Amino acid sequence: MTLRRLATEATVPTATVVGALALWEAATHVLGIPRFIMPPPSAILAEGWEWRYRFLGHTWVTLYETLGGFALSIVVGVPLAVLIVYSPALRRALYPLIVLTQSVPKIAIAPVLLLVLGHGEIPKIIVAFLVAFFPVVVDTATGLAATPPELLDLSRSYRASAFKTFMKVRLPMAMPFFFAGAKVAITLSVIGAVVGEFVGSDQGLGYVILSATSYWKTELAFSSMILLSVMAIVLFGAVSLVERLVCPWLLPAGEE
Amino acid sequence: MIRLDHVEKTYRTRRGDLVHAVEDVTLEVGENEFVTLVGASGCGKSTLLKLVAGLTPATRGTIHVRDAPVQEPFPDVGFVFQQPVLLPWRSVLDNVLFSVEMLGLDPRQYRKQAGDLLELTGLGGFETKYPRELSGGMQQRVAICRALLPDPSLLLMDEPFGALDAMTREEMSLELLRIWDERRKTILFVTHSIPEAILLADRVVVMTPRPGRVARVIAVDLPRPRTIELEYDPRFKAASDEVRDLIFAGRGAPR
Repeated sequence: MTLRRLATEATVPTATVVGALALWEAATHVLGIPRFIMPPPSAILAEGWEWRYRFLGHTWVTLYETLGGFALSIVVGVPLAVLIVYSPALRRALYPLIVLTQSVPKIAIAPVLLLVLGHGEIPKIIVAFLVAFFPVVVDTATGLAATPPELLDLSRSYRASAFKTFMKVRLPMAMPFFFAGAKVAITLSVIGAVVGEFVGSDQGLGYVILSATSYWKTELAFSSMILLSVMAIVLFGAVSLVERLVCPWLLPAGEE
Repeated sequence: MIRLDHVEKTYRTRRGDLVHAVEDVTLEVGENEFVTLVGASGCGKSTLLKLVAGLTPATRGTIHVRDAPVQEPFPDVGFVFQQPVLLPWRSVLDNVLFSVEMLGLDPRQYRKQAGDLLELTGLGGFETKYPRELSGGMQQRVAICRALLPDPSLLLMDEPFGALDAMTREEMSLELLRIWDERRKTILFVTHSIPEAILLADRVVVMTPRPGRVARVIAVDLPRPRTIELEYDPRFKAASDEVRDLIFAGRGAPR
């Protein structure tokens, strides 16, 4: 995409956002809405700036928990997917368990986990992992099973080992599926980390939102929320970037 | 080269039904012979190819390739399917090299030959392209190059032009004959198309469905190199009438 086309395409969305913010700012002043109910964007920005150094620490904690949960969901999810695809017996044994972990609302597990594992970052990482690993397992398994049977016949007719076929055919074939799951997982990890912080913690952006609202500091809660969504967007973008680097063949023709 | 003796293949579907895919097939294919298998869907043509390649065991009967019984896949075979099934993450050249790589050979030593094959099939200059940048016919040419690169003496083709449009299909048939002229091999070629079966083959094996049996083997008495014009030859017409009669005989359908 050329820079010029990018600029043209960005005009309308940017104008919409700027317009909405201006309207919001004006409305709070004209209608005299109390700051604790709906703070104007300028107040949110000012409060965020005020908190910039303290935010660094809290953002780091949430980022750390999110990335920990995401990494764990891949380290556990991908091998699980491989087991499920290669062994029908394990598939029958594991699938119900995996679905079971998904059927329990994570927000309900979080207090129990914190009770068992205590405070600190580990239980939040585990909550983030529990929320995030499901799409990794399901999508990777789907991808591994999506190899055309002809290719498997072809590998077999060349007497290639199962390991070689896995490395050279099935795994790369599953890559786009894996990344689809990973993109969902990274955004879910952010949610998991915040849920963990809500249940019990003394640091992280989730904690800031919770304590800010209990002190009627709505503008602080808003700036935390903005930081959280920026973090989620950046992380999503990072996974997409890795996908482009790992799977360059997925770019539409003529766009490399 | 290939000898099938009273080969039978039955298998169970997932629902537990017993399917007689191939029944009592006895057939001999000579060295460097081009044999086409023609018949309606479900007459076990594809199963027969898998049996010859050793990808699936025969329920009864024996299969020999070069006097050795076929019990498992053997490396002297090239496979081309209806779909090109290329690896989308590999360039055209690396897709061609896939076969030697899977055979455990050093792909670097085959780069030149792979390039020559691409040149031979009119794909010179496309080495670095991804498969998605190629048309269906070009992709199938890459699949043929991939099968040819290790220089197998036996080429098994399962409706390789079945997914192509009629014009590309004709073009590819003649191209295959040209390649076969340069690099002689034994070819077993499955097709739905009667004209294609006759145009290509030394002998046409006509099969009838459920269970798959050989109805008749017809020697094609046409000169080589073959051209499209041969389709107007009375001998071509006679052969295709014979095939059509055999295929539709059991159905009571008008031809």
